[in-house]
Amino acid sequence: MSKASAKEVLFEPVFTNNPIALQILGICSALAVTTSMKLSIVMGLAVCVVTGLSNLAVSLIRSQIPSNIRIIVQMTIIATLVIVVDQILRAYAYEISKQLSVFVGLIITNCIVMGRAEAFAMQNSPGMSFLDGVGNGLGYAVILIFVAFFRELLGAGKLFGVEIFATVNDGGWYVPNGMLLLPPSAFFIIGLFIWALRQWKKDQVEAPDYKMSAHRVKEAF
Amino acid sequence: MASKETMGRTMTVAFLLCIVCSIIVAGSVVALKPIQQENKALNLKANILAAAGLLPSGATKEEIESQFEKIDARLVDLDTGEYVEPSVVGKQTALSYDQRKAAKDPALSDAIPGEEDIASIRRRVDYAKVYLVRESDEIKTIILPVSGYGLWSTLHGFLALESDANTIVGFGFYEHAETPGLGGEVDNPNWKGLWPGKKIYDLDQADEPKITVVKGAVDRTKDGAEYMVDGLSGATLTSRGVSNLVQYWTGEHGFQKYLNKLRQGV
Repeated sequence: MSKASAKEVLFEPVFTNNPIALQILGICSALAVTTSMKLSIVMGLAVCVVTGLSNLAVSLIRSQIPSNIRIIVQMTIIATLVIVVDQILRAYAYEISKQLSVFVGLIITNCIVMGRAEAFAMQNSPGMSFLDGVGNGLGYAVILIFVAFFRELLGAGKLFGVEIFATVNDGGWYVPNGMLLLPPSAFFIIGLFIWALRQWKKDQVEAPDYKMSAHRVKEAF
Repeated sequence: MASKETMGRTMTVAFLLCIVCSIIVAGSVVALKPIQQENKALNLKANILAAAGLLPSGATKEEIESQFEKIDARLVDLDTGEYVEPSVVGKQTALSYDQRKAAKDPALSDAIPGEEDIASIRRRVDYAKVYLVRESDEIKTIILPVSGYGLWSTLHGFLALESDANTIVGFGFYEHAETPGLGGEVDNPNWKGLWPGKKIYDLDQADEPKITVVKGAVDRTKDGAEYMVDGLSGATLTSRGVSNLVQYWTGEHGFQKYLNKLRQGV
């Protein structure tokens, strides 16, 4: 990937090389915070900022980092950025930060951030690395928002907290599907998303690990 | 490029990185602290109002502040159940007394003997802050601060009682770190909605608090259902912690004497 254009670096991770859908990274927080659109957007933004800036910082000092401590250096930079983001959320978006609780802090352990720092920022220029980080953050955010759209709409009958379907509890007609508010439902939606994406972009389908052989009945004697 | 792999270089890079990162972290924490504290204080007021059922949904900062004007904070000596002046804790007003800080101060709190410490809070303050909502000089709602250990964290919240000092008006936590989705469901409005109307004491029987959080759902037809609240599924230890902390703070080492006095109309 020596001469990828800036646009490619930024938008490839959104559909062509999506960190969640193709690389299956960062699933944990995708299950936890996707119960509402608002949370997902804030979380997606926070991850964009962290991946973008950590890639930028790692790339800036990449020629200085001794290779035997490079993982720790990347981790320290990521952890610093996550704490700063968490502090800013607590100051300016108190309610949302309360709902996101530990999951902002857990961005540190999100494989996407670390993976991009190690795989891209260590070899590429700061500008490109920043775009790559933001792009991967966007790829993550797109999935989160997609999942949250269905979970909030079908699970609570709302979008952004605004009622779309009048639920039975409030005297309406819609019986909310409580399962969609529980974390496992995100697996189904992510699975369906991956299926739809691979129907659209067939080259993402992996070669099967083994082939089923045809069923044959052999004579017993 | 071989030079960057030496021991000295490794140490220098690690050292410089640590310095830069710690400056950034410390800087952001210090710079944002005033705003965060303001949020926290406002959140506390909103929670007191919410427990008393005085918080309109989607209230703005100004509405919260103006509603909070109606609330009168007083200090109570937990051992006697009498009101005391704020000067005993060295403050001008009861509102400025920081009860959670006092719980760590040996001059203002006492260690709780192990067998009495059912809420696992280790130290109890000598003087507790209560919030009173008055309506034409009659006390309408009594809001008591409660705290206790759940599964991972100390839960801090407010329990609001009606003027009979027995019936619950509202209950909620403003700070905890229980597992989101399991113990964290103590914040669930549906679960909080189970508390209003429940009673703490069976006054015909004894002074001891009778209220408990039970495992599973409460059979509403059974005797004593008004002293039981449904437990949270998947959060046995948090539910037990909540049950214990309510019992502790309404028990003889908590607000029991104060509530008794209120009921006798002192």
